[in-house]
Amino acid sequence: MAKTILKSLFKKPATVKYPFGQKVLSEFARGSIYIDISKCIFCGVCQKKCPTGAITVAREEKTWNIARLKCITCGYCVDVCPKKCLRMSNLYTEPMLTKHEDLYKNA
Amino acid sequence: MTKRTIIPFGPQHPVLPEPIHLDLVLEDELVVEAIPSIGFIHRGLEKLVEKKDFIDFVYVAERICGICSFIHGLTYCMAVEEIMKIRVPERADYLRTVWSELSRMHSHLLWMGLMADAFGFESLFMHTWRMREKILDIIENTTGGRVIFASAKVGGVRRDIDNAALKSISKSLESYEKELKEITDVFIKDSSVQHRLAGVGVLKKEQVYELGAVGPTLRASGWPIDTRKLGYAAYKNIDFEPIIETSGDSYARCVVRIKELFQSVDIIRQLAAKIPDGPIEVKITGNPDGEFFARTEQPRGEVIYYAKANGTRFLQRLRVRTPTFANIPSLVKMLPGSSLADVPVLVLTIDPCISCAER
Repeated sequence: MAKTILKSLFKKPATVKYPFGQKVLSEFARGSIYIDISKCIFCGVCQKKCPTGAITVAREEKTWNIARLKCITCGYCVDVCPKKCLRMSNLYTEPMLTKHEDLYKNA
Repeated sequence: MTKRTIIPFGPQHPVLPEPIHLDLVLEDELVVEAIPSIGFIHRGLEKLVEKKDFIDFVYVAERICGICSFIHGLTYCMAVEEIMKIRVPERADYLRTVWSELSRMHSHLLWMGLMADAFGFESLFMHTWRMREKILDIIENTTGGRVIFASAKVGGVRRDIDNAALKSISKSLESYEKELKEITDVFIKDSSVQHRLAGVGVLKKEQVYELGAVGPTLRASGWPIDTRKLGYAAYKNIDFEPIIETSGDSYARCVVRIKELFQSVDIIRQLAAKIPDGPIEVKITGNPDGEFFARTEQPRGEVIYYAKANGTRFLQRLRVRTPTFANIPSLVKMLPGSSLADVPVLVLTIDPCISCAER
């Protein structure tokens, strides 16, 4: 115990002093889902497979919706996407003030 | 006869983040009876199996518990694979075992921190969790999540850890082991810790068996029963013995968990040395038809998954018996005779995970 106490006295804190420093996230970290909407063919497989029903795809309107607060970032949609236009980013979703859904539209 | 008082303990209590309610019948400072009630966070996950595809349900099964998530997913996959007669590639079995052991380590370290907090040793709590963070970093680097791994799938695993990374993990665990020993020595040797734990909540060997306890609660009373010895996943190729203590008190339960930490490091080392190359998953065709009981060892004890399928995409029935549920009778037996101040410590010694128990 004495050894641990002494070491702790002289070394830097084990925590990151946010906002002065930020944790370096692993590149594999499951943060949030990103979509390259120009490649999307609106097949709706991701909507069908999503365990929480966070994704809504409208084929006619060519829109792709995600409720970030419902998404559990399991990455299953990334696995099943036939065009590989979905990607898992290691950045977490930013805090939001309203319970809105993120809308992506292919113009 | 002294006057009896009933003190409600929980469902919201500073020492327990999870909702269990106990009615403690006291005579002066001594507990004479404890009446538990659970059911505050029932989520109906077992019913959900009728609406979710059996492949998608892995993600739901993983979220039954926030701590032993991977082993829940793994057990579900084992149950479905057994029904469908799928043989998982050997490499996938090894990876599953690595993640199971990492998950056991982070769960035990979490428990040790909570325990230190419960008996009022704040700095020990901080140090334990500092050590836990390193395990979480390994988990994040290999699976992408910190507690929810999302790595098990029916027919194998979703991600691979390359051999070099696995070797470096097992190497980094060597220096980690030394650092960890400094912390665990405090639990084992410090007189103030012993004062709070030794001789508190003793369960005798026969008694604990009759109560149907599982996991460290059972092993601390001298039963060498460990579900890992059944040889599921890659445990059949690993050399290890269940850790037992004989005194059956809170201290013994603490020591069992500490020794299991070092055992896990040893198991990961063996796995990294033995892991074969090959595919990590097999393709699944068809639907499951039949029923199976899958049993695995979680950090808290044995978990049982019963799955029944009828040849469609949806399982007919899924039943989960979690270790906390099996340990509640022992908790109720160990409380009478202890003083009120020891109740939080005793509740923690079974490592309760109430959201697991209620699903």
